[in-house]
Amino acid sequence: MSIQLDRFIKRVSTSLSFCLLLFPTISVAQQNFDDVEIQALHVQGNIYMLVGAGGNITLQAGEQGVLIVDTMFAPLSDKIFAAIRSISEKPITYIINTHAHSDHIGGNANLALMGSNIAGGNTIDLFAGTGNQAKVVAHENVMANILVQDNPIAIEGWPTDTYYTPKKDLFFNGEAIMITHQPNAHTDGDSLIFFRRSDVISAGDIFNTTGYPYIDVANGGTLQGVLDGLNNILDMAVPADRQEGGTMIIPGHGRLSDEADVLDYRDMLTIIRDRIAYRIDQGDSLVQVLASEPTYDYDVRYGADSGFWTTRQFVETVYNELSAQ
Amino acid sequence: MTINNSSKTGLILLLATMVLVIPAQAQIDLSGEWAAVFHEDFDERRPGPEMVEYQGIPINEAARRRALSWSPSLLTLPEHQCKPHPSDYGSRGPSNMRIWKEIDSESQQLIAYHTRIRWQAPERTIWMDGREHPPEHAAHTWQGFSTGHWEGNVLVVRTTHLKQGWARRNGVARSDLAEFTEHFFRHGDYMTQVVIVNDPVYLTEPFIRTNNWKIDLFQQIPPYLCETVTEIDRPQGEVPHYLPGQNPFMGEHAERYNLPIEGVLGGAQTMYPSFIE
Repeated sequence: MSIQLDRFIKRVSTSLSFCLLLFPTISVAQQNFDDVEIQALHVQGNIYMLVGAGGNITLQAGEQGVLIVDTMFAPLSDKIFAAIRSISEKPITYIINTHAHSDHIGGNANLALMGSNIAGGNTIDLFAGTGNQAKVVAHENVMANILVQDNPIAIEGWPTDTYYTPKKDLFFNGEAIMITHQPNAHTDGDSLIFFRRSDVISAGDIFNTTGYPYIDVANGGTLQGVLDGLNNILDMAVPADRQEGGTMIIPGHGRLSDEADVLDYRDMLTIIRDRIAYRIDQGDSLVQVLASEPTYDYDVRYGADSGFWTTRQFVETVYNELSAQ
Repeated sequence: MTINNSSKTGLILLLATMVLVIPAQAQIDLSGEWAAVFHEDFDERRPGPEMVEYQGIPINEAARRRALSWSPSLLTLPEHQCKPHPSDYGSRGPSNMRIWKEIDSESQQLIAYHTRIRWQAPERTIWMDGREHPPEHAAHTWQGFSTGHWEGNVLVVRTTHLKQGWARRNGVARSDLAEFTEHFFRHGDYMTQVVIVNDPVYLTEPFIRTNNWKIDLFQQIPPYLCETVTEIDRPQGEVPHYLPGQNPFMGEHAERYNLPIEGVLGGAQTMYPSFIE
């Protein structure tokens, strides 16, 4: 308990300044969502992927209800709800958050209030979060992260069911759902969600197909944690015949993937890490490492010279992490 | 012989019907068992390319640096062992191929061509029914998503949604943003495929190759099973590669064949006769 408290206090002190940098860049106020369409793609089994603006949503639908992983931005909630209704008439029963960034939890409150969870008799309305809204499941560090945000989401969207153990299991819609905490990866509150019967992993921002991973250092993120997460995904995933499909992976951002896509991404990040580590071992400064262009061969595909997370920031973050070891 | 008016009318209708069906019937059939012919690029395709042998590929500097960091030991990792060739490269390997048609039983319209290649047994579908390509966020596969149409007797195929693959199997990467176009020509018992790859990440110009097959009425493509094994016990997450400037094969191919190093490092200029001169 004291360790968690220490971490929380430390996070408060380090996060405030970082939030000023991070959240204005992905704030809702600056974005116009009028033209955003929510597109639903059936993945396999009970699982769908919803794509719009912000992090991808994983949707599981069945007889018991609807479970979604992440909720994009709040202004998109009505469109997301309409997309859900095109797949299932059942209530939204569970929301699972992969981490606490606003592009993944922004719609928590709206969508939770559009749902209901399994409760009956005199428990309905007796306790907060029972019956009249969906449950929100997340690692406890997500909750801690929300509490330090300058402009946190509405309280109705806060996690109602946090876990602090390495794993948490659910069984819903006839399917085992294995939630694994991936420590110190994209943040310190990341969860990988494995839908075992449908054979789909929802990876959150540990894996994306659009750029280098954003490492939220202020909230406990590390490249090594991201690599550990990717390696865990590779351990869980099994490709099907002729290496097509099999376990499907829904990234935090970008296109639907499978093991081979995660493998290429893992290989790239490992190679970049090794290059930077080698230069540090040679005594190079950050300026010298940047001059050596350790990401050059991947930059056209994954790099960025401007915007929220540039290649330079990525290299600098990795340099700082490896230098501290 | 005299022909009365009703017979004339019937003949005209018959001829008109035949004319109307000619466009469909005239499109040459590609179905069959095709044995690969390796009279082009034999050394690259069968024994395989050597390390740091990139000539003739219009790669950019990013592709060159990435290729120089590639170690063949990567293929010892279990996750890499059973990867099939992507469809833009499949014809370069042991590519004995079966092509068969999928026909709608009611309309007798061609829905798709299917292919199966011997090595790693990739099966591919070329949709001929005019369907759209999937959205951007759909999965990418080794064989990609292919649609075809006829230009005369030439089958023209467009393929998108490819996984990251390779332009040459010695580490020259082809990105997952690449697309390619094929032209299949049949000349009697021979068939030629022209493959034109466009890759905005790693190529500066379209990369064009041709491959050939001969019909083989006795060909039997065997089953192909691939199971991974742990060849080297490595720590989790270790990825074999060469650090910049440390590729031990740099210059080996050039020296063996007395070629200039700037030639074997590839680039668009190395595709043209003027470079050799």
